[in-house]
Amino acid sequence: MIEVRLPSSLVALFPGTARRMTRPDAATVLALIEALDADHPGMRDRLCEPGPTRRPYVNLYVDGEPAELDSPLHPGATVHILPAVAGGAGA
Amino acid sequence: MTKRALILVGTKKGGFILDGDAERRDWSLRGPLNEGWPIRHLAADPRSGQIYAGGGSEWYGPAVWRSDDLGASWTHSSEGLTYGEDGPAIETVWNLTPAGDTLYAGVAPAGLFKSMDGGRTWAHVTGLSDHPSRSTWQPGAGGLCLHSIVPHPSDPSKMWIAISAVGTFATEDGGTTWEPRNTGVRADFLPDPYPVTGQCVHKLVMAPGRPERLYQENHCGTYRSDDAARTWVSLEDGLPSTFGFPMVTHPRDADTAYTIPLNGDSTGRYMPAGQAAVWKTTDAGATWTDLRIGLPQEGAFLTVLREAMAVDTLSPHGIYFGTTSGELFASDDEGATWRTIAEHLPSISSVETLVTDA
Repeated sequence: MIEVRLPSSLVALFPGTARRMTRPDAATVLALIEALDADHPGMRDRLCEPGPTRRPYVNLYVDGEPAELDSPLHPGATVHILPAVAGGAGA
Repeated sequence: MTKRALILVGTKKGGFILDGDAERRDWSLRGPLNEGWPIRHLAADPRSGQIYAGGGSEWYGPAVWRSDDLGASWTHSSEGLTYGEDGPAIETVWNLTPAGDTLYAGVAPAGLFKSMDGGRTWAHVTGLSDHPSRSTWQPGAGGLCLHSIVPHPSDPSKMWIAISAVGTFATEDGGTTWEPRNTGVRADFLPDPYPVTGQCVHKLVMAPGRPERLYQENHCGTYRSDDAARTWVSLEDGLPSTFGFPMVTHPRDADTAYTIPLNGDSTGRYMPAGQAAVWKTTDAGATWTDLRIGLPQEGAFLTVLREAMAVDTLSPHGIYFGTTSGELFASDDEGATWRTIAEHLPSISSVETLVTDA
């Protein structure tokens, strides 16, 4: 199983979504996101740009280390999805 | 049935809605909406009463929001709002325009999308992006944005769009093919001031009841066309500047339009002399009159963006504009007098109205 941590600004876009959840194993971060999208339609679009690649101001971490969409996941991994502190400069 | 107006305001920190009373004197503010996302355009479909918000979050990308209950609750989607996995990322939604059962979206980098299900799913109108001039498209200061979408009121095969800084394009086959229509419109920043494309149109609108007449506010002047944008005539005589952003028409009179000239593209882009004014023509642009009563006339270094002025459909019609410094001004007598009805809002990107039963 994969432990997933989502930011409040993301779950606010998908009412009823928990910030902390345990998900079935996934081979990569992208596979995990696509599984989340199946349960929360539209979530992939919020996290991924064409390529696919992660959105520039969405940071991904696996077990506390910076990650990308193609980063592998092992059973028991913890994935953090966090908005970058650098984002929102135009706000 | 008594009517009331809602003012829909898109800002850098979410949408806001002002609910008016029947006299348009008392306004109640709601917001910020849309999770505080930067909203470029908050607009309504007058047929259905649905309200749409288009914009983009720096973190989470572009999306179109929809409300079926006058803004009390929202859903959002960007399904299909993409140039594909090999294409550039869409930065934000600039404009949302309903046309019958279709909802159109203009985006940056410039492109046109359409939805047949009220914004839930989108399809790219590839004919425009396939135009031979595409490789030459250059952005204006606000980016390469498709900011104006003007559907023909009764013929769905015809539509006009405008892009900064590319110009006006028209289709007469439902979007399969497009042609530039910029004859007579200056581009002073190019070696040939009258190119086929490359003009920085700021806002394109259609005259009510006369679909062959369009007006535009441009980086380099103000213009009118009476032949469906094939040719344009300058209307800048009588205006204090050749630079401005918004343009709106009277809801029923094809000869009446309003614009807000600013003091120039490189001198601050604020109201000339720091004195706020809306300029009105009632003779299709032959002459202009400044409207100032109730607007600040000292130290008013205000900027109004291209989408930030609107009229309502009541009679006499109301007219409203919002500034990048967060003020919202309103007139309920077609511009003769003005009041400040909101202050301290975030930078205002768009102003639209919706008239409903009271």
